[in-house]
Amino acid sequence: MASLAEPTAVPAPFARRWPVPVLGETLPALPLALFFLAWFVAPFVLLVVISLFDTAEFQAVGLRQYAKFFSDGYSLGVLWDTLELGFLVTAVCLPLAYALGLVYVAGGPHRRTLILFLIMLPMLTSAVVRTFAWIVILGREGIINNTMLALGLWGTPAPLLYTWGGLIVALAQIQLPLMALPVINSLLKLDRNIVDAAEALGASRFRRLWTVIVPLTLPGALAGALLVFAASTTAFITQTLVGGGRIVLMPLNIYQQAVGVQDWPFAAALSVVFTVSILVITYLLNVAAQHRMRGVDAA
Amino acid sequence: MAYESAVWAIAGFAMLLLLAPTVVVLITSFTGGQTLKFPPPTWSVRWYVELMQSGELIDAAWTSLKLATFATLACGVLGTAAALGIARSRTAAARVLDSLFMSPMVLPAMAFGLALLMVFSLLSLRLSLWTLVIGHVVICTPFVIRMVSAAVQQLNPALADCSFSLGASRWYTLRRITLPLIGRGVFAGCFVAFLASFDHVPVSLFLSDARTEVLPIKLWQILEASLDVRVAAVSGVIVVVTLVGMLLAERLFGLAANVQEGR
Repeated sequence: MASLAEPTAVPAPFARRWPVPVLGETLPALPLALFFLAWFVAPFVLLVVISLFDTAEFQAVGLRQYAKFFSDGYSLGVLWDTLELGFLVTAVCLPLAYALGLVYVAGGPHRRTLILFLIMLPMLTSAVVRTFAWIVILGREGIINNTMLALGLWGTPAPLLYTWGGLIVALAQIQLPLMALPVINSLLKLDRNIVDAAEALGASRFRRLWTVIVPLTLPGALAGALLVFAASTTAFITQTLVGGGRIVLMPLNIYQQAVGVQDWPFAAALSVVFTVSILVITYLLNVAAQHRMRGVDAA
Repeated sequence: MAYESAVWAIAGFAMLLLLAPTVVVLITSFTGGQTLKFPPPTWSVRWYVELMQSGELIDAAWTSLKLATFATLACGVLGTAAALGIARSRTAAARVLDSLFMSPMVLPAMAFGLALLMVFSLLSLRLSLWTLVIGHVVICTPFVIRMVSAAVQQLNPALADCSFSLGASRWYTLRRITLPLIGRGVFAGCFVAFLASFDHVPVSLFLSDARTEVLPIKLWQILEASLDVRVAAVSGVIVVVTLVGMLLAERLFGLAANVQEGR
């Protein structure tokens, strides 16, 4: 009996308890793992390999594509704009998600269900449909322009579509559910006693939010921030339709190089740089959040 | 008091922001005009009539439905099995697999689409509905993994032990105890995966050709070329179908609770 050899505090291995007809406990994950190896890991490896060809005809091998990227102001600018867009959209979503979450946890079951449905409805409706809605809202004859003209606040229709501001607002709305759900979940798990203790010690409501609630719900906010950041940097449809042809971001750049110009090595290099940037930012955010939370533990 | 009203003001704005686009789409789809003017100058159902006569849009919708169905079936089976294997495991292998299965949520889908196209062309595989299904399975897997894992983590392991001690085999326990108990999580995961596939663009952009045009890309092309009001009618249909699906899913397997647990 293997379990006798183990300290009693450690639960018996799940392999013995788990109702799956296999030997190892993780074995049921094998088919999906193999699928991912073949169709997810291998493609990314191939992407790196293709990016190491110097010409579109796959002749010499080298780092020419990367040299081309990093010496080209335009490409670097596109990458920077894309990451900046991701940060701005995340920054807009954060306060909205927290406000929604605070109203959610303070409410009864009816209010909670209502808010949850308000969050899920846009999340589950097609992104193309949501993007289309923003075209109607921001267009020349859209709601905002028509309202402002009718109220006499604006003399002429303002260009809202095909601008940075329009793109950020539209993306923030489209991605807000991704942030709201994890934030609500962490707020639900928050120990009320800690907040009450802060209140008893005389902390103002704002101070309780800033020094107690936010730090303790940071994991949820971080999970949401990563999803919103990743989703808005890669939101091809919204970027091209609300941003228009003048705002070129990484996804459109990759698409144009791969399908338009047919330069696969350069498109692959762009994809690798883009993917690595996202991974690095994800990693840094995680490290920063862990650092912050250690500060909370120590306090 | 100022704090309270500030929170409510922001939350109210957020709720309006969440709801408004859906309402705007529904209203716009009943316009009698030729443009996307809002509010519509006159009312009619002409764009819905026009929609029923657009063969290309119906074909694209049909392709998208088939694609989402096959992708959901595949990731429902593979994802549920995988979640059963890793959700309660503390081993390093399980943690690595969990991160791997969740990474399509964070890695740029455009890069993945291009990478997959390169693999298919290296293998000289002709693009078809099946190559699209492969891409979509990867994209939809995280939704199934998250929601089934959440359901598995709430299971009481003692139930399986009881089943074993009463002489049930592993297969029997899986079929009669485990699957019924996590069924709601599985259905919720599959529901969200289906909608995610139906909606997905970046991977399809590289993998679909003239024979396998999917609906979101068709809509995107129409919107890029001209602001065609038929898109409003398609959107209206999608919104209503999604809404009905959501309410049904809530009734049948408590969608909201599962989506929430899965985060």
